Amino acid sequence: MIKHESIETNAGLLIILTLFVISIGGLVEIVPLFYINDTVEEVKTADGHDAVRPYTPLEQAGRDIYIREGCYLCHSQMIRPFRDEALRYGHYSLAAESQYGHPFQWGSKRTGPDLARVGGKYSNAWHVQHLKAPRSVVPESIMPNYPWLLENDLNYSGIAENLKALKMTGVPYSLTKEEYDANVKRFGADVAKTLDINKAEDNLMAQAAKGDYDGNPNKLSEMDALVAYLQVLGTMVDFSQYDESYFVNFR
Amino acid sequence: MAHTSVGSAEQYNYAIIKKFAIMALIWGVIGMSVGTYIASELAFPFLNFDIPYITFGRLRPVHTTLVIFGFGGSALFATSYYIVQRTCQTRLWSDFLANFTFWGWQVGVAGGALSYMLGYSQGREYAEFEWPLDIAIAVVWVAYFLVYVQTLRRRSQPHIYVANWFFMAFILATALLHIFNNLAVPVGLFTLKSYSLFSGAQDAMTQWWYGHNAVGFFLTAAFLGMMYYFVPKQAGRPVYSYRLSIIHFWALIFLYMWVGTHHLHWTAIPDWTSTLAATFSILLLMPSWGGMINGIMTLSGAWDKMRTDPIMLFLITSLSFYGMSTFEGPMMALKSVNALSHYTDWTIGHVHSGALGWVAMVSFGSFYHLIPRLYDTKIYSVKLIYVHFWLATIGIVLYITSMWVSGIGQGLLLRAFDDYGNLAYTFVESVSFMHIPLMVRALGGAFFVSGILTMAFNVTMTITAAKREQAAIEAKIAAKMANA
Repeated sequence: MIKHESIETNAGLLIILTLFVISIGGLVEIVPLFYINDTVEEVKTADGHDAVRPYTPLEQAGRDIYIREGCYLCHSQMIRPFRDEALRYGHYSLAAESQYGHPFQWGSKRTGPDLARVGGKYSNAWHVQHLKAPRSVVPESIMPNYPWLLENDLNYSGIAENLKALKMTGVPYSLTKEEYDANVKRFGADVAKTLDINKAEDNLMAQAAKGDYDGNPNKLSEMDALVAYLQVLGTMVDFSQYDESYFVNFR
Repeated sequence: MAHTSVGSAEQYNYAIIKKFAIMALIWGVIGMSVGTYIASELAFPFLNFDIPYITFGRLRPVHTTLVIFGFGGSALFATSYYIVQRTCQTRLWSDFLANFTFWGWQVGVAGGALSYMLGYSQGREYAEFEWPLDIAIAVVWVAYFLVYVQTLRRRSQPHIYVANWFFMAFILATALLHIFNNLAVPVGLFTLKSYSLFSGAQDAMTQWWYGHNAVGFFLTAAFLGMMYYFVPKQAGRPVYSYRLSIIHFWALIFLYMWVGTHHLHWTAIPDWTSTLAATFSILLLMPSWGGMINGIMTLSGAWDKMRTDPIMLFLITSLSFYGMSTFEGPMMALKSVNALSHYTDWTIGHVHSGALGWVAMVSFGSFYHLIPRLYDTKIYSVKLIYVHFWLATIGIVLYITSMWVSGIGQGLLLRAFDDYGNLAYTFVESVSFMHIPLMVRALGGAFFVSGILTMAFNVTMTITAAKREQAAIEAKIAAKMANA
């Protein structure tokens, strides 16, 4: 039997044993999640396409602003399977719904409410007013004002580069014809168009012009992007199509 | 641990320790002040002043980075460099690399804080540093590892003292966690922006494996190393149980790595990971308390020091808070408790009972022991150490209790139903309820900050006096030489 003294008198042995002991936990708990298919649910629409799609260029630009401002420090995006959360926020969150979130934004604190399904709950105009001056619509709110979101022009010159970086992490944005065709098959033609990096800037401007999220058609502001992002949160999966027990199988 | 004469400046590299110790105090003052400010922003949102750089969302990572890595990190560099030299009875290896770790670390911490205010963040808690800073930190960390190991190898004692095991585990684990949690694809070489390599559920698992072990190794194992040197030194007694230190060391570093997933209970991760994490969290109580017992019982037979020695008061109180928060932690890791506590201020209170009660208090106690020895002098005012102790303790108690009220209160309000099965309260009603606890929390923070300011004053006066004494001695010698 080894005496502990032999470890105490040998720095190399101490280092090797320590490395071994601290590696086990992560190896057992995390590594399998990359190989177990059930970790992320399969969620298909009625016509057989993937229900959850990558963010459009405008939504992704909004997500970058969400991270820049540290929204995740007060808002979660992860609804738990409890009765009160179901009533307050909606169906519990699926892993599939954040599969294109680099990094994940589940959060750890609700100083404000959960935002996983905030999309479509309020009008664009409400979001703009609320972000500009939260207490003008919710008097008890303790959220900071974000007036600069309306004032700042959205800097979208680097959007194609951003999407390319995301593509390298595995998000299916397309650069080539083959990738585009694969996306048509996987997400449908309408979605595939929004995932084409070659047209990222055009698509971004077109969505902002069409949606006019900030209520000012003459300006493409940071508010446009952030509200576009908020409005898509939690809206990709139509839960009325699934039997409740279906998703439980994946947990 | 036989000590030769104190303050043998050539035998040991004390200059590097002085630098790190002073920076620890400076970051502590700034980081805790920022914490108190953002706490006030939550109580009084007008304090955000519509200035992007100082909103809660941008300043919160500034606070966590400055206190964990600025204050905690610098305190660990200082004490580990002191302990490894004293217990190995050898000089720190490579003055150059040691200095490199100092400047690299300070630039990393300051750069991180500035970049968050400017809006550059990876969006991962406690790992907000963007990729160039991550790489710089990794390089500094490798230098730290080299300095530490080479010093250990040059020891003049056959045994490696227990404090060094903990520091070694902390250095290794932090490297592992830092590298894997920060895997990211930069958008370009000349931009700070990057996207994490992993997404969603896998990313969440990686982040909280990192996040909880930042607590487990950075804020626990390493500070246990600090405790294992300064408590026996200050008490003038050997460590209570050698066997206990062996068992709780290996158990602690093994178990910690399993428990991060308790930050993800009831989320979209496989249930089995959650169950494993809860189980290991309960097990973790034992090695945690092993450390606490080993520390506190070291004082056995010298309990009178609690009455006469304010440094001992700091050290023993820190161990008591360590015991309390490592009991609270496993309890909150139970799925049923977590269902209520998660997402609320209870978590924030728990973290601070560890961070203020354990990490900061053990650092303060150790520094009050260390700094006079580094400068070969006496502390300027023992009375002010008592003042600091009470300011800090009152601050912590206000902080923790207000967060219990706020967190448990919000958890209960949000799950309350009326007689018809509808939600009894809206979300914002829970926010209004939290107003008073949030004010009390900010007040607790202010107490704690005034405590560390008292310490900064006391230390400044001590160093000034030491320099004056030194100058007087030198003048005397010079005069004698001139006369002769």
